[in-house]
Amino acid sequence: MFLFLQGVLTGAVRSETSVLYATLGETLGERAGITNLGMEGCMLMGACLGFVTMAHTDNLALSMMAAALAGGLSSLIHAFLVVTRRANQLASGLALMFFGLGVTGFIGRPYVGMKIRGLNELPIPYLSEIPFVGPILFTHDVLTYLTYLLTPLLWVFLFYTRWGLAVRAVGENRTVAYASGLRPSLIQYLAVFFGGMLAGLGGAHLSIAYTHMWVEGMTAGRGFIAVALVIFSMWHPLRGMLGTLLFGGAIAFQLQLQARGSRISPYILDMTPYLLTLAVLLLWGRTRKHAMPEGLKAVFEGVD
Amino acid sequence: MEARMRAITRVGTGQPARLIRLMGMVSFAFLAVGIFLWAFGKNPVRAYGEIFQGALGSTYGLTELLVKMTPFILCASATALPARIGLINVGAEGQLHTGALIATWGALTFGDLPRGILLPFLVILGFAGGAIWGSFSGALRTMVGLNETISTLLLNYVAVLLVEHYVHGPWKDPASFNWPFTAEFTEAARLPTFGSSRVHFGLVFALTAVVVLYLVLRKTRWGYEMRVIGDNAEAARRAGIPIGRYIVLTMFIGGGLAGLAGMAEVSAIQGRLRPGISTGFGYTGFLVSWLASHHPIGIVIMAFLLGVLALGGDMIQINLGLPYSTVNIIMALIFFIVLGSGQLKKMGA
Amino acid sequence: MERIPYLRLENITKTFPGVLANYSINLSIEKSEVHAILGENGAGKSTLMKILYGFYRPDTGNIYLDGTPVDIRSPLEASRLGIGMVFQNFMLIPAFSVVENIALALPKLNVLFKRSEMEERMAVVADRYGLSVDPRARVWQLSVGEKQRVEIVKLLLSGARMLIFDEPTSVLAPHEIEGLFQIFKNLTNDGYTILFITHKLREVMACADRVTVLRRGSVVGTVLRSDTTEQELAYMMLGEQSLHLDRSTKKPPEGRSKTVLELKGVEVSDDRGGLGLKEVSFSISSGEIVGVAGVSGNGQKELGEVVLGLRRCRAGSVLLHGNDATQWSVARILGEGVACMPEDPLVMGVAPGMTAQENMILTDRMNYFRHGGLFIDWKAVRAEVERRVENFGLPIPNLDTPVIALSGGNVQRLVFVREVARRPSLLIAYYPTRGLDLAATKMANDLLLACREAGIAVLLISEDLEELFSLSDRLIVMHRGEVVGSFKPEETDRLEVGLLMTGSKAP
Repeated sequence: MFLFLQGVLTGAVRSETSVLYATLGETLGERAGITNLGMEGCMLMGACLGFVTMAHTDNLALSMMAAALAGGLSSLIHAFLVVTRRANQLASGLALMFFGLGVTGFIGRPYVGMKIRGLNELPIPYLSEIPFVGPILFTHDVLTYLTYLLTPLLWVFLFYTRWGLAVRAVGENRTVAYASGLRPSLIQYLAVFFGGMLAGLGGAHLSIAYTHMWVEGMTAGRGFIAVALVIFSMWHPLRGMLGTLLFGGAIAFQLQLQARGSRISPYILDMTPYLLTLAVLLLWGRTRKHAMPEGLKAVFEGVD
Repeated sequence: MEARMRAITRVGTGQPARLIRLMGMVSFAFLAVGIFLWAFGKNPVRAYGEIFQGALGSTYGLTELLVKMTPFILCASATALPARIGLINVGAEGQLHTGALIATWGALTFGDLPRGILLPFLVILGFAGGAIWGSFSGALRTMVGLNETISTLLLNYVAVLLVEHYVHGPWKDPASFNWPFTAEFTEAARLPTFGSSRVHFGLVFALTAVVVLYLVLRKTRWGYEMRVIGDNAEAARRAGIPIGRYIVLTMFIGGGLAGLAGMAEVSAIQGRLRPGISTGFGYTGFLVSWLASHHPIGIVIMAFLLGVLALGGDMIQINLGLPYSTVNIIMALIFFIVLGSGQLKKMGA
Repeated sequence: MERIPYLRLENITKTFPGVLANYSINLSIEKSEVHAILGENGAGKSTLMKILYGFYRPDTGNIYLDGTPVDIRSPLEASRLGIGMVFQNFMLIPAFSVVENIALALPKLNVLFKRSEMEERMAVVADRYGLSVDPRARVWQLSVGEKQRVEIVKLLLSGARMLIFDEPTSVLAPHEIEGLFQIFKNLTNDGYTILFITHKLREVMACADRVTVLRRGSVVGTVLRSDTTEQELAYMMLGEQSLHLDRSTKKPPEGRSKTVLELKGVEVSDDRGGLGLKEVSFSISSGEIVGVAGVSGNGQKELGEVVLGLRRCRAGSVLLHGNDATQWSVARILGEGVACMPEDPLVMGVAPGMTAQENMILTDRMNYFRHGGLFIDWKAVRAEVERRVENFGLPIPNLDTPVIALSGGNVQRLVFVREVARRPSLLIAYYPTRGLDLAATKMANDLLLACREAGIAVLLISEDLEELFSLSDRLIVMHRGEVVGSFKPEETDRLEVGLLMTGSKAP
């Protein structure tokens, strides 16, 4: 039982990493008042281009950069459409999802089935030897460790810095932000860009570190789940980490069950992350609405 | 508000002008993809030649086009109806799958019934399968305030996995050599096709749906009330229009239409349930609806256009070795351009 | 030698498509004065101020600050030049704390800023000018007066030397207005300059040093307060037209009036889950106008919504014509003859993209349903709508134009006419004259009195005490969701009501 739990939790941290990146990115964007369902597309772009770069150069830093840029640049299309052209945020996000699916399908096709060395686990000496907690937290890859840093960093950024204040102000009310001497459009562009970069990194984790493979459409809705988890987390990075851990736990739990030859159909088990996300929103969605940045209400509550 | 103002004042330019502008944007997307193909060392002229030749160059191509258009129109209607009251239903893909699933259950269980009873029954089951899936998201929206875009997206994955579960497990045909297929439907459970082509009765459902939708939106009291909701939900609420009921109902009917597409797919085309019955029909239908500004007539036109593209996608895959995703890129670019042009801010009908 | 004014506008002209908002404005403002800009609605005051604050750029003309020409391209530029503005609807973020709101406006803040340090800086200014507010409170928890103080502190801390106030008194109670004028005095004593935009003559006479009057986008003249009279200003502001509101049409309600609406101990939640209405009980009879006085946000919105069935009671009951309507649907309540002229007609009362005709039947559409409610008889609708337009003199040239193409005032009239024309038994009227000029105000008031004479029960919700006192048969005062007073207008006065509605006096 002890080992099972440790296994589930270790797996949870590993499989949540990609979603956590996207959740952090989406938190940043939504705090600035922009929802991006295209996170799914950004993740795919990151996963694909990160993988392709890795396959050619075997250079981790370069791959990370490629992945982040792919995610960031493609999300700029979304920023242009919704900030400058005032298009519907949800529709534009979905268009970005289609775009990511198409482009990565095209670019990535020669790489399907290729196996790369990729990014492997790097247990941290001493720390990983702490009983129970050690293996859960400190036997992962560099990208996972990076989230330990990024999550609190985003939290401090949003709530304790002048810049974070500006981002949140834009998300609450563009006019007030403008009257306060800020440049709302610029801030939204930046937030969406960096959000997309984070999603790109998340995608890269999936292809380079988690599976060492590129498969068309491999994100399987993780981008959407991230958007849902942001609502659950009340637009807060630390709670976002908690939410993604829950999601990762569901995947890891199911994988552990399958590995132990459970009789439950794997297809039913595969549903858990989606159903869990829905359940979480059902249970806490309404009570958390009040924390929603004011600027998002028009997006999510067009009819009510 | 300003954007709205602009959108309204633009209405005056009339439908033909709009269509021309839309066509201009579509050509722009083709140009962009052409450059993309060229950059990857492919000949864009040849690729487009294949695409249009494939769909429009022969009787076979034309009938196949109608086959492709059928689920596109139904799924687009599934998107368009809720969209008229401001809902974004991205769940046609899932609703199509549950429709196919429930219809398959009927076909496998009551396969011995005479055709005159079984087929209508399957149509109802297919509709119900999609309708329940759709109205579930609608109910979540009204009762818990859960955004329908997110719930329909998540439920898409669940629906596809449900189909996988049944075809790999309980319903797997023992005679299928371990392929994930259900047993073949009896002849009584097969939706009729026209002549020797694969064009099937689903096309009639699709066209009927479009016409009914048009009439309901344009002529009836429901159309009026839905337009009020879509235009200003707060004013509708204050005028005593039961928004919650409309949300559930439009999602019910919309889901049902997507379910019909799924039913037709298993009953007419495949003759059995298997994974991959839809190659993203639901998502393409979503695009069709948005490109058509959720206008019933526009849906037919856009379904034709995307049908040509989708069919062409198969052609360039076979003849040029270009991946099918080329077509997805073209579609996404068209969507981007139309979104960016502000075309979608107003609605027809 | 000629003295250089602190701020000088020279030939400022600004047009919007089809509208000339400001025409060749010349204006000089001295240092340390309270300078009032007086004008009717639509006289171009707000446009002018938004030009000063960098929201708009003038088509032609120059602005000089301390004698040097400046180009105010954005609010950021304005605040760099020491110009700050207190908007009518405050530029504050309700979800943020007071400190965060103030930090937002400070240009030279460390990236990692300390809240405690901010609080100290706030306290210094607050003490000096009488502007104390709890720095840790969330802005949505504050009263209107407190929000205004936050705005002022914000501007002072961000280095503003000139403060522009856009109709600052419209949301304040009488004694709060006096407090504000005291603050003006404290500020000008310290060398700050105040630009005070208003359409209220009395306030100009109470606090300004100099007055510039605007009419139809042009300057009529600038006078010293001490050299002028209320009458002279009124003449400058309104020109030839002399409008007197005739409120003498009021007659006592008829003897055989019946109770139309009765609320018994009603409690409802507000949008944040708190208590929006607390044990509210009162009744209205036919042919009676009951005025609801209160600072907006003290339960007025919830009051209307609970009567309309848009918000459910936590406790208590709502009776319509003696029947318990607590659980009725909105459609049923509308069908029983309840009409509402909402706070913001464009946002709450119409579908802006639909035509005037379609909007005209929004609340009584059931009367035109045919074939079992399947179709709408548009021919009958047309006839009825044409009749209404004719009878009420609605200036709508084409019934097939979308409502959004109409002016704000006309949308307001359309909704008003729609609600009155369907002959309700109860009319809930929110701020029926807000934003209207004197002529339109008179029309709206006359219409309300006509409703009263026709035996309609009217629940009049307004912030304008003058209007409430002159129209109401009975006044109730609301504060924090409670009815804190109920009077006949002649039994009380504005000061008492003002104190009650701000909670400064126990009921």
